[in-house]
Order: sequence, then structure tokens, then C-alpha cells
Amino acid sequence: MELFSNANDFLLWVRGDAFNIALGLFIIGVLVRILEIFLLGRKKDFSEARGTQWGPGLRNIVSRSVVDNGTFKRAPFVVVVGYIWHICFFIVLFLFIPHIELINALLGIQWPGLASQLVDAATVVAMVSLVAMLWHRLTHPVLKFLSTYEDYVVWFVTFLPLLTGYMAFHRMIDPYPLALGLHILSVELLMVIFPFTKLMHAFTLFIARWYTGAMMGRKGIVS
Amino acid sequence: MNKKTLFESLQQQGITRRGFMKYCTALTSLMALPPSMIPMVANALETAKRPSVIWLSFQECTGCAESLLRSHSPTVEGLIFDHISLDYQHTLQVAAGDAAEHAREQAMKEHHGKYLVVVDGSIPLADPGYSTIAGISNLDMLNETIEGAAAVVAVGTCSAFGGLPQAAPNPTGAVSVSSLVKDKPVINVPGCPPIPTVITGVLAHYLTFGSIPELDNLGRPKVFYGQSIHDRCYRRPFYDKGLFAETFDDEGAKKGWCLYRLGCKGPMTYNACATLKWNQQTSWPVESGHGCLGCSEPNFWDAGSFYKALSIPDGDYAKAAGYAVAAGVAVGAAAGFANQKNKANAVSQHTKVTVDDFGENKDK
Ligand code: SF4
Ligand code: SF4
Repeated sequence: MELFSNANDFLLWVRGDAFNIALGLFIIGVLVRILEIFLLGRKKDFSEARGTQWGPGLRNIVSRSVVDNGTFKRAPFVVVVGYIWHICFFIVLFLFIPHIELINALLGIQWPGLASQLVDAATVVAMVSLVAMLWHRLTHPVLKFLSTYEDYVVWFVTFLPLLTGYMAFHRMIDPYPLALGLHILSVELLMVIFPFTKLMHAFTLFIARWYTGAMMGRKGIVS
Repeated sequence: MNKKTLFESLQQQGITRRGFMKYCTALTSLMALPPSMIPMVANALETAKRPSVIWLSFQECTGCAESLLRSHSPTVEGLIFDHISLDYQHTLQVAAGDAAEHAREQAMKEHHGKYLVVVDGSIPLADPGYSTIAGISNLDMLNETIEGAAAVVAVGTCSAFGGLPQAAPNPTGAVSVSSLVKDKPVINVPGCPPIPTVITGVLAHYLTFGSIPELDNLGRPKVFYGQSIHDRCYRRPFYDKGLFAETFDDEGAKKGWCLYRLGCKGPMTYNACATLKWNQQTSWPVESGHGCLGCSEPNFWDAGSFYKALSIPDGDYAKAAGYAVAAGVAVGAAAGFANQKNKANAVSQHTKVTVDDFGENKDK
């Protein structure tokens, strides 16, 4: 590795220039995608409104997180594992102290964290659920047919930070600066790919749910 | 020079056989060897000749030599240091100028192929004039001295990795010993300064076994640098429980909680502070309430603030984010308006399908 004279050099680059580049691309990408959606605008609706938009829109953002019976009956695996995955992922991302420190440095907000053993357990569950979902995708004939190249790329870049983070925490890669560097680099990869793939759902879901709720609210339908 | 064995010179100082064995026991455990090795260590020391050591000081602050001098007799470090033959060390020796250089040349000639060279400080390559001794540039003196050396010990982070002189913008073009010495074994003993026991421990290993200890991928002896500060830190249970001091004088700090949030670099630092401690095992930095700076690692001066958590990026991310927001808004707006125009164009150029488009009329 002539690019970096040692693991610390690598870690320095990953924490310095590489992070700035990744953060820059992430922000640009997300802004472009969201502005594109908003600037496309909505057609003027000439019908008389039967109800308000904001209340139902906001309510819909929350209420759509509750599983409806029909969906559950049709795809219990996706619902259950999907829930487990997202909860564990949020625990790992937002309740691990070093992550909170990072968020605090970037945004100036912080909250209490969890003991690292709990975060560690959540990491394992998150990884297992991701693997289970990949297995489901590969064995379910319809799902497999519908899967594109992008789906596998997204799975991979989401799995990598968990794996490298787990390995760094347990010091399975020697020396540690290399382990930490690989973890941060894998997150940077995720940040760069994020705006241009389905991962954008983390942002667009709010827009989509609000819009659905608002439309229904306007028509006077309870969403 | 002194031809007495170590045991003989200890005897001369009135140290008994019992004292000597005690010393061997301490030494054995210092080198992280099993107790069954004590007789072997004793035997080696009884017959070992005091090796000649030439100590070269280049771009350094004398902190490393000071650290070594803080070793107190009759501790291991004191004994060892009394019993190597330090033939040249321009801070400590009485002779100066030509006489001093003469001592160095003589030691080199007499012990050709057998002497140890200890280096503290980095070597300036930008201009040899930045650091000279008796009119000889550091680079020339290093090359000349290591020619007949058995091994080179780079003591301190400056000589092991470039250290402070090499920190950005590195005005003197400072480099480490290992980047210059390729044909001799180089043992890196980094630290700013290194723990005195570690310096003497490495010398002791050489004295006992006549060979260099096993090294990690940065050339550091694994016995002392094999584990990270974090792995051996007594505050580690607090880290695992998520209990952190947030300022240097809050409740957490008083209760001895983990210093990660205050910038402790223990997780990425390989050194023996947490086990060997400092000042005759009185305490060590983390124990006295300050996070580890990472002083035994390359580039530690350039690795961002000492008081920022390790997980925080150290570039100017606020600036990067600012530019990105501006660029994102500009590109997003441009793309949005282009899309709107596209849409408008599509609407205006939309031609309606008529019956003429179908059937027989199609190609007419
Ligand atoms: S004080 Fe530093 S070395 Fe000790 S557990 Fe906390 S982070 Fe690790
Ligand atoms: S605690 Fe860290 S910074 Fe302090 S002396 Fe030890 S390795 Fe160096």
C-alpha cells in the first residue's frame, strides 16, 4: 500500500478529505433529488376542498408505520424482519456513543447513548436480519424476478458499515486504525451512493406519505 | 571500554546473588516472558558483556533522554542503564567537540558489527544545515555510524515516525530513521516520550538474547506495543457501560468515567502506559484524568484535536457542507427548472392520436 505509508495515514485521509468529499456528495445528491421533486410542482386543483391537508398529511406520516392486516397477511416475513432490521439499525446508528459524538459535532445536537454491549447485540441482529432479507430475496421467485442490480448494490453498501463496525469494535482487524478507517470508509461509500439509489426512501418516504395523507385530507377521506 | 559482565559489575556495586535473581525476575516479567525463563535470563546476564551503545541525538527536544534519566536506581531501568556502555551521548558525556567525536569513532572501530545505535530525533532532509553536530549533518552522521552497527533503536516518536518536526508543514523535511536505514534492523520505540521502562526493556532484550524482539508492522516490539491503551485501560468498563465524562471537572470525571468524549485516543494507540505506567508506576495519563494523545502512533500531531472524540472527522467539514449545500441548491434548482421546461415542452408538443394514425391510413 504505497498510497498510504501506514494505517494511521489511511485513517487520517478517511477522517479528513474523504469524509469531506463524501459529505459534500451526500448533501448535493440529497438536495438535488428533493428539489427536483418539489420543483416539479403540483397541478392546480380546482375542486373545492372538503378538508385540510396539513393535519392528515402529518398524521399519515406516522400512521403508515403501523402495519395493516392485509400487508401482514400477504408478507409476514418482510414486515417482521423489516421492522426488526430498521429498529436495530436505528439503535446502532443513533445510540452508539461514538456515533452520537459525530452527530453532535456535525449538527450540534446530542442525546444519551446505550451501553456498548446492547449496541453490539443490535448490530448482530441487524446483520442477521439483513442476511435473512437477502436470502428471502434470492429464494422468493417473484421477488427475485423483480430484483435489479441496484437492489444488491444497496444491500451490500448497507451491510458493509455494520460488518466493518462490528469488526472494528471487536478489534478483529489489526491494527485498529485500519479497522476504524475501513468502517468510516464504508460509511462514506454509503453516503455517496445514498442519494442516487432507493436508499433515498429515508427522505422521500416523508414526502410521499405526507402527500398521500394531504390528498386524502383534501378530499375529506380519513387516511 | 568496560569488559566486565553485567553480573560482575552488579557484584561490584554490592548487589547480592539474591538481589540479582530478583532483578532477573523483574526483567523477565518486563519482557513478558514466562517465569520458567528466569534461569535462562540470569544465565544470559551472568555472561553478557556490556554492549557498546552509541546514542545519536538529531532534531529532538531531549525529552526522550530525560525520560530515560528519570529511571531510578535500583529499578530495572537504572540497573540496565548503568550496565551498558554508553560510549557516546552528546547531552550526557563530559567530552565535547573533537574529543566527543573521537569517542564515537573509537567505539565504532572497537565494536564493529556489534554495537547498538540509539537515535532520538528526526533527520532533516530539506537542508542539512537545520541540524548539525560538530559540523557533520545528521544524515551523514547517521549513515556513517550505522555502518558497523548490529541494530538501530529509534527512540521516541520523532526518530521512529518523524514526530513533531515532521508535522505539517514539516519545514525541515524531517524523516524517520526507518525511512533512511534499510539494511540494518531498526527497532522503533515510539512515544513522546517513550516510557523509560520500555526503552530499557528493549535494550535488556538485546542484552539478554543478543537479538531483537519480535516487532509489529510499524517496527515496534510487540511485548510493549502489542496491545492498545483502550484494551488495557482500567476505565474500559465505563466505556462499555456508556458512562463518559463530558468535561474535565463534571461528576463523571470525578467518578473516573471513560474519557472518550474528551478526545481520548486510547482506542487507536498501541503502547504500554496502561500496564507499565509512568514515574515508577505511580500513575499514567488516563489515570490522572487526561485522555491519551496517541503519542506512540505515526502522525499523531496531525491527527486533529487532542480534545475531539476519535469518531469526529478532523477536516473542515463545516466548510465542505456549506459548499455542498450551495452547490446542491444550485444544481437542484437547475435540474428542477430543466424538468419543468421538459414537462412544458412535452405538453405543448404533444400531438393527439387520431384515427388517421391507425390502419390503412397509417403509411400515407
Ligand atoms: S479512557 Fe480512553 S483508553 Fe480508557 S476506556 Fe476510555 S477511551 Fe479507552
Ligand atoms: S497515554 Fe497515550 S499519549 Fe499518554 S504517554 Fe501513553 S501513549 Fe502517549
